[in-house]
Amino acid sequence: MTTLSLPDEIDHVGLTDSRFTVPGIRCAGCIAKIERGLQEVDGVDAARVNFSAKRVAVRHDRSLDAETLVAALGRLGFEAQPAATNPLGQDDIESRTLLRAVAVAGFGMMNIMLLSVSVWSGAGGVTRELFHWLSALIGLPVVAYAGRPFFSSAVMALRHRRTNMDVPISIGVLLATGLSVYETATGGEHAYFDSAVMLLFFLLVGRALDSTMRNKTRAGIGSLLSRMGKSARVVAQDGSTKSVAAEDLRPGMLMLVAAGEALAADGVIEEGRSSIDNAMLTGESIPQAVGFGDAVHAGAINMGDPIRVRVTAASSDTVIAEIARLMDEAGQSRSYYVRIADRASRLYAPAVHTLALLAFGGWMIAGVGLHQSLVIAIAVLIITCPCAMGLAVPAAHVVASGVLARRGLLVKDGSALERLAEVDIALFDKTGTLTIGEPVPEIRHLSRERKSIALALAQSSRHPLSRGLARALEAEGVTPAVVCSLSETGGTGICGSWGDTRVALERTEILGGGLSSTLRIGKDRVDIQFLDPMRPDVVETLHALKTCGIDSRIVSGDRQMSVNALARELGITSAAEMRPEAKLTLLYALGKEGHRPLMVGDGINDGPALAAAHASIAPSSASDVSQQAADAVFLGRGLMPVALAVEVARRTMRIVRQNFGFAIAYNVVAVPLAIAGLLTPLIAAIAMSLSSLVVVGNSLRLARDTKHQPT
Amino acid sequence: MNVLAYLIPVALAFGGAGLAMFFWAMRNGQFEDLDGAANRILIDDEEPKE
Repeated sequence: MTTLSLPDEIDHVGLTDSRFTVPGIRCAGCIAKIERGLQEVDGVDAARVNFSAKRVAVRHDRSLDAETLVAALGRLGFEAQPAATNPLGQDDIESRTLLRAVAVAGFGMMNIMLLSVSVWSGAGGVTRELFHWLSALIGLPVVAYAGRPFFSSAVMALRHRRTNMDVPISIGVLLATGLSVYETATGGEHAYFDSAVMLLFFLLVGRALDSTMRNKTRAGIGSLLSRMGKSARVVAQDGSTKSVAAEDLRPGMLMLVAAGEALAADGVIEEGRSSIDNAMLTGESIPQAVGFGDAVHAGAINMGDPIRVRVTAASSDTVIAEIARLMDEAGQSRSYYVRIADRASRLYAPAVHTLALLAFGGWMIAGVGLHQSLVIAIAVLIITCPCAMGLAVPAAHVVASGVLARRGLLVKDGSALERLAEVDIALFDKTGTLTIGEPVPEIRHLSRERKSIALALAQSSRHPLSRGLARALEAEGVTPAVVCSLSETGGTGICGSWGDTRVALERTEILGGGLSSTLRIGKDRVDIQFLDPMRPDVVETLHALKTCGIDSRIVSGDRQMSVNALARELGITSAAEMRPEAKLTLLYALGKEGHRPLMVGDGINDGPALAAAHASIAPSSASDVSQQAADAVFLGRGLMPVALAVEVARRTMRIVRQNFGFAIAYNVVAVPLAIAGLLTPLIAAIAMSLSSLVVVGNSLRLARDTKHQPT
Repeated sequence: MNVLAYLIPVALAFGGAGLAMFFWAMRNGQFEDLDGAANRILIDDEEPKE
C-alpha cells in the first residue's frame, strides 16, 4: 500500500507532489485503476486517491510536468484538472481547527467533571480546594484554546459594531472562568470551571457539525469556468500556426480548433463542418452540428473534424464570461440574508445582559454586598448562555441534510435549508430539468434482426445518440449481431459489414431540428427517432409542491411552441424564449411583489437566475457553473427530490423553532433560580446537559418522521 | 486519600494520551478520506497473474 506524507517532508530526492481533481472517481475499481495505472508511468513514485474529495495526489519526479500526468490520467479514462497547490482549502482548515477544539474541550470537560462530582458529593476543606486548583489548572488552558473560535468571532462582530451569537457566549464563558479563578484563589465554595468548559464543548460540537456538513457537499462540486479553453492555435497570414493564451486572443484572429479541443473564444466558423458539445453552456448533452457561418461559443468542445474559427469576442467579452459576471452580481443579494441563529441573538443578547444587570442592581439595593451581587449576576449569565441555542440550529440542519442526501439531494449549507423553507413559487427550466436531458430512442418499430445490428453498431460508438440507443437496446435484452470491420467517421456515423451486407448507423438529414439517426442494412433504410422525455415523476412533484402552497411555472430559453406544449400538458403557466437577463428581470419582479422564488435549472444560461433566486436547485447533470451557483444538487432521474427538499426544509425550520422554544422555556425555569441566588455549579451542569440533550433528541425526530414517509 | 495522589495523575495521563492520539491521527490524515477506506477493502491486493 502506498501512502503519502506531508509535501514538505519529501523534498530530499528531487521528488515533488502534485494534486489533481478527478471528478470521475466513483468506485473501488477507479481507485485501483488510477493508483496502479499512474505507478506504471515513468517518473511517478506513488499515487494516492482521496475518494471523498475526488482528488489524486501524485508524488513524482520534478522533470514530469502536470500536463503529462493529466494526459496519463486521460489515457486511463479519467478527466483530470490540476488542483491548487495548497491542498487544504479555507473551509477545510476551519473545520480542522474546530475538530481540534472539540477534542480539547472534551478532554477538559471529562477531567474537570471527574473532580467536580467529588466536590458536589460533599468533599470539603483541603480536598475541595485542591480539586478547585486542579480544575483551574486544566480549565484555563482549555478555555484559552477551545474558546478561540468564539472569541475571535465575537471580537470581529464588536469591531463592526454588530452583535452575534458569539458575543454573549464569549462574555458568559470569560466571566464564568474569571469568577471561578477568584473563588478558587479565595478558597470559595463554588467554582464554575465545569460549566464554562461544558458550554464550550456543546457549542463546539454544534459548530463542527455545521462546518462538516458544508465541506462534504462542496468537495463534490466542480470549479467555475475550469473547462474553458486556456489557449488556442492561431493561424498566421503565412499559414503557420502558433499557440496563443486565451486572454491574448483578439477579435479577427483565425483559430484552428482540433477534434476534442475546447474553444477559447467566441467566433464564427470559416471553414469545416463538425459537431460541437455545448454541455458547458447549456447542459445539453447532444452535440450540435455546425458548419460555415455558424456562431460557436467559448467553452464548447469540438467533437468532430478540425474547424477554423474567426474570433468575434475573446476573454472577458465572451458569452460565458458575461454570464459569469451576471451571476457574480446576482449572488450579491444573497449575502444580505441573515441566518435565523443570528436573528435570534439580536433579540436574545440584549435581553439577557439587561437581566444580569438588573439582578446585580437588585441585589445591591437589597444590600448583600458587592461580591454576592456579582456572583449572582454572573450566575445569570452562565445559565442564560445560549448552549441549547448553539445546538438548536446545526443539530436540526445536519439531521435534515443527512435525510435529504439519502433521498438524492445534496444541500450545500444550513443557510440554503433556511431559504428553501421560505420559498413560495417555483420556476423550472425545461430541457434537462423537467426533461431528462439525454436522448431516448423510439425503437418499437424495429425488428429483432434490426435491433441486434443496431446494437452492434451503436455499442462501438461514443456519440451520445449511439450511447442512448445502445442503452435502450441493452435494457430490452437484445444481443448484438456479429458486425466486423467497423469504422466511425466523425459527424457522419459508423459503418461495418454484417456477413456480406454493408450496414451503417448514420446521421439523418431532416428538417425541423428533430433528433434522429438512420439504420442502413444493405439498401434497406429505417429511421430511429430520439426524444428527450419528461422526468417520470414531474406531475407528482408539481402536485406535491402545490400541496405545500407553491405554484410552479416554466421559464425556458427554448422555443415558444415546445414550451407551450409542455406547459399545457402539465397545466402550469410558462414563459418561453427567455434570455438569462430576462430570467433575472422576472426573478427581481417576483421579489418586488413579495414572492420568494425557487429556481430549478441546469444550463449555464440559468446560472444567473440560480444565483439570484431566493433558493435554487440544479440536477447533477447540470453544467459545473450551475451546480456551483445552486444551493442544492439533486441526483438521479426523478424530480421528486425538489419537492422533498422544500418539505424537509420546512419541517426542519419547525424543529428549529421548537428547539428555540425549548431553550427559552429552560431559561424561564432556570433564570429565576439564578436571580434568587440558588444556582450552584451542580444545577448549572445538569440544566445545561439536559437542555442540550432535549434539543439534539428533538432534532433526531426529523430523521424518524421522514423515514416513515413513502418514497 | 493518598490514593488520589496516584489516581488523578493517572486519569489525566490517560485523557492526555487519548487527546495526543487524536491530534496525531488528524495530522497524519486519518480522517481525510473516510469513504475511500470503505471502498479500498474491495480492491484485490494483486492483479491476477497472466
